Parts: sequence; structure tokens; C-alpha cells
Amino acid sequence: MKYLHLVWASLFRRKTRTLLTLVSIIAAFLLFGLLDAVRTSFAQAGQSANGAARLQTGSKLSFIQTLPLSLAQQIERVDGVKAVAYANWFGGAYQDPHNQVFSFAVAPNYLDLFPEIAVTEAERKAFAGTRTGALVGEKLAQRFGWKVGDRVPLQSNIFPDRSGSKNWHFDVVGILHATDKKTGGWFDQMFMLNWKYFDETTPYNQGAAGWFVTRVTDVNQADRVARAIDALSANSDHETRTQTEQAASAAWMKQIADIGLIVGSIMGAVFFTLLLLSGNTMMQAVRERTSEIAVLKTIGFSSRSVLAMVLAESVLLLVLGGLAGLGLATLLIPVVSAGSGGMLNLPAVGAGSWALGLALMGGIGIVVGALPAWNAMRLNIVDALAGR
Amino acid sequence: MPKLIEIRDLSKVYERGRQKVEVLHHIDLDVDQGDFVALMGPSGSGKTTLLNLIGGLDAPTGGSISVGGQRIDQLKAAALAKWRASKVGFVFQFYNLMPMLSAQRNVELPLLLTKLSGAERRKRAAIALQLVGLADRASHKPTELSGGQQQRVSIARAIVSDPMLLVCDEPTGDLDRQSAEDVLGLLRVLNRDHGKTIVMVTHDPKAAEYAHRTHHLDKGSLVAPAELAA
Repeated sequence: MKYLHLVWASLFRRKTRTLLTLVSIIAAFLLFGLLDAVRTSFAQAGQSANGAARLQTGSKLSFIQTLPLSLAQQIERVDGVKAVAYANWFGGAYQDPHNQVFSFAVAPNYLDLFPEIAVTEAERKAFAGTRTGALVGEKLAQRFGWKVGDRVPLQSNIFPDRSGSKNWHFDVVGILHATDKKTGGWFDQMFMLNWKYFDETTPYNQGAAGWFVTRVTDVNQADRVARAIDALSANSDHETRTQTEQAASAAWMKQIADIGLIVGSIMGAVFFTLLLLSGNTMMQAVRERTSEIAVLKTIGFSSRSVLAMVLAESVLLLVLGGLAGLGLATLLIPVVSAGSGGMLNLPAVGAGSWALGLALMGGIGIVVGALPAWNAMRLNIVDALAGR
Repeated sequence: MPKLIEIRDLSKVYERGRQKVEVLHHIDLDVDQGDFVALMGPSGSGKTTLLNLIGGLDAPTGGSISVGGQRIDQLKAAALAKWRASKVGFVFQFYNLMPMLSAQRNVELPLLLTKLSGAERRKRAAIALQLVGLADRASHKPTELSGGQQQRVSIARAIVSDPMLLVCDEPTGDLDRQSAEDVLGLLRVLNRDHGKTIVMVTHDPKAAEYAHRTHHLDKGSLVAPAELAA
């Protein structure tokens, strides 16, 4: 610690260059914070305790392939199954095709399997009793300014009605609230419509479901139950794949895009660039201080102390920029989420992201400082003082 | 007076690519404790190399150097660094202060290698600055000081850890006459009143007059005054 002022003074010897490098580091770690929140948001989908007790059964071929609705009764009879519900993707958009809405036609008992979705008894009754009724996630309602009693038009990008029109109308009868905001942000974005209305209105869905949701009696038996469900359709024209909700969510996300890979690739490129940039800064900073380092060694600083001081300088540079960047991300995420009107529901920068961020700061700092520190350690005093 | 520095059969060879250059040949030299010695000679005569060897900045190719009874030519790099920190103060021609640190912080630098507390380090640095007449410039950065003042700060840095030996490489080489006189006067006080042994390399005969004795080097060998005159 007694060398800290020396390390600090060396770091800010060329203020403009150090500040510009700091800005780059801040930008990189701000991006890391935001993208890691996106990745976490996707990774958390289906990771609740309730989610662990649920299985999702879809077509083995593709998630757009439907399954016969009659499978529900067969699944119900499998040992270890507590309840079965079904749903199908509606694919709605509001006003503009860019305003995609996570809309699903759901079985009457669908909400029974999702205790983490809070909805009042009166609203559930209204949903069951209103053919065109819809339950809307809290954030989604906020995003479009919907409230109970509104009549909402949605255009399905998949299903037309019997007249061939893809324009559907729904009456908002209730608002869905996720009880666990950390893992249930997904539910705040949902739009649920009555299965009966959907199934009877479109000519393209009779007797088919997009997927089944099964609640098991014992979480530890989930794998066995999943195998038993898939065995029901083995060697048929509608073979199934049953997975835990977590695995199904991850697989579903991957069919849209491998968020982890995208985030990882972007961050890899960003940090690689940062490595070159801050590496160059450190090399220059140490090169122009050759005679000063020689003086330190002359007056008795050991080669190891010099090595440690240069490494500390580069780690300090990364830590200062990294903390500012991640701190900025922490402040910005709620603003971005609020500003998106519920479209984005990013989790706060969590302990895991901070830990990973700190490890990256330390790691990049050491890598960046290694070569200049090594050169400083091996510096020959006599040559350096003579300007050779 | 007991001997502080004993140099025997000292030689130094530098390798420049494939070429070997013998810079010092079989030097024998004794410096008494409390002495003030000037080393003179033309450029390339080996004065700075000899000074570097005495200060433990470089290792000889042959022969031995004892300083205060310690064979410094036998010390490993880490031990030599430790020895320099406690036994030697260095004064350079171009001061070599840290430009981003204040005069006070520059003087404190050698004390960072001790176990002294921050308060004690500050106190000792203040005393050293007072000794060189720059107590009122403690918070100034080197760029805010004149050449003579910077050299006095570097002398304060050299003496702050109370070393027995000061090695000075052309300490007045970059100064005007008045500043040079001030710096040389300060070195004389440190030698006379504080008992510091000083070995100083200089080109300037006027600077050498401040020393008790002067040794001349030519082509890597010590030469007697008679030979020099011849």
C-alpha cells in the first residue's frame, strides 16, 4: 500500500492518454454489464423452483411442428404426472409487425401449473367466462398502455380466422404479475388467450397443440417421467421430446439465437481490442519511464518490486475503468428497462457479473502489464541511465 | 582513517556485439572513511564505469571491491539492491527526479524501502529538504524548480536514508556556475559536518578543488599526477 501513491502518480503521468484509455475501458465494461444482463435474462428463463417441477413436451422434429391434442390424456395417465396443460404459439403483433407480442393460446387449466404467475380469482373467472378474453403481463400492458376492459387488436403472423383475416380482437380481462421478478420477468411480457376461441376460430389448428406442460409429483422423478412421456409417441409420426422447462427454454432460445454465443463473441472482440489498446498504453508508459525505473532500481528497489509496481499500475488502470463501466451499467440497466416500456426486462448487474467483471479486470490487467513489467524488471540500470 | 572502499585489481570488460571492450584495467584504489574524492579524466576514460562499480550498479569482470568491509562484487542482484538502499546515496548529472512527484515525495522514495511509518518518512524527508535549504519547496514538482534546486532535491534524496557513501556523477555538469558552487558547497558540508564519504566524477577542475584528493583516469587506468603532467 505504501507504493500506491507512486503507482497512482505513474498511471496519471500522461493524463490525457490515461483518461482516453480509461474511457475505452469504461465503454468495454459498460457493454459487458449490459450484454451480460441480456445473457442472464435469457439464461434465467425457466430456472425457477416451480420450473424445475414442470416438463415441456414438444415435437422432436421442430418447435413449429404441432402434436395431437389427444396426447394430453395419455400424458395424464403416466405415473408421476400431477397435471397436464397445453398451449400454442399465436404469434401476435400489435399495430406494427415490429411490435411482437409473446402471445399464446392456453388451456383452461394452464395457470394452475404456474403458481408464480399471480392473477386475481375474479380475473381468472372473467378469463374463463369471456371467449375473447385475454390476460396480459404487467410490463406488456404498461408498454402499450393497456388496461382491463380494453379491446385490443392483434395481427397473428401465423393463424388466420375462417374468413382468412389475420386480424384478431381480444378483450383484456386481467393483468398477470410475476411473483418472482428475478426469474419470472418472462411472465410480465405474456399475452394469454383462450384456447377455445383460438381453436374454434382458426381452421389451421383443430385438434393440435404446440406443446404440453406437465407438472410432476416429484422433482426427482422428472427424468423418468420425461422418458415415459416420450415413449408414448415413440415410432409414431409425432415423436416428442420432453425436457425440463429450463432445458426447453434454453433449446427454444437457441432456435431463435444462441445468446450466449453472440454475447460471448461480441465481448471476446471487445476485450481483445481492449487488450491491444491498453497493452499499447502500458508499453508506451513504461518505455518513456525507462530512466525513472532505472533510478528506482538504483536507489534500491528490487527487480521484483519494479515488476509488481508495473503490474499494479496496469491492474489499477483496468480496475478503475472496469468499476466505472460496471457501475455505469448498474445505473443504466433500470433506466433502459424503464425506458423500453417493459419491452426489455434486464436483471440488475448481479454478484456473478461483478465477480466475473472483477476477474476480467484483474486478468486483463495482468496480461496487459506482463510484458512491460517483465521489461522493467530486466532493465539494466547502467544501460538505462546512459540512455542506451 | 579506516578505509571505506578497497578496490583491488579491478577490471571491467563490456561486450558490444562480438567485440569486447576493456573499459577498466587492473585498478587499485583505496578511499578512506570521511574522504572526498574526485575522479577526473577524459571522456571514455572509465570514470563513470568505476563510479558505477563502487556504487554497486554494475558488476566487475575481475578483481574485488569492498565497501565498508562488504565484498559487493560477490553480492547477488537482490542483495546488492538492498545494500544500495541502505549504504549508498546517488547524485546524477541530470538529477533524475520523478517528474510526477513533489520534492517531498521524491525525497521520501528511498524511505519506502524501510519499515518507517508514513509520518516518520515525511518527517525525515522534511529534515533532508531543510538541510539542503529547500524546506519551503517541499510541495513543488521538479518542473517548478530551477536546475540547482532540482539537484539539491536529488542530494536530499541521496542522504535521506543516512548512507555512509555518496556517489556523484557529474553533479554540476548541468548547472550554471553559481548553482554549481552552491551544490559543491552543500557536498562539502555533508562531507565535513556529517561525515559522508563522497566519490565524485567530474570534468570540472573547479569542482575537483572541493575534493580532498583527485584521481585521474586515462584509458581505463589510474594515472599518477606526474604521468599526467608528462
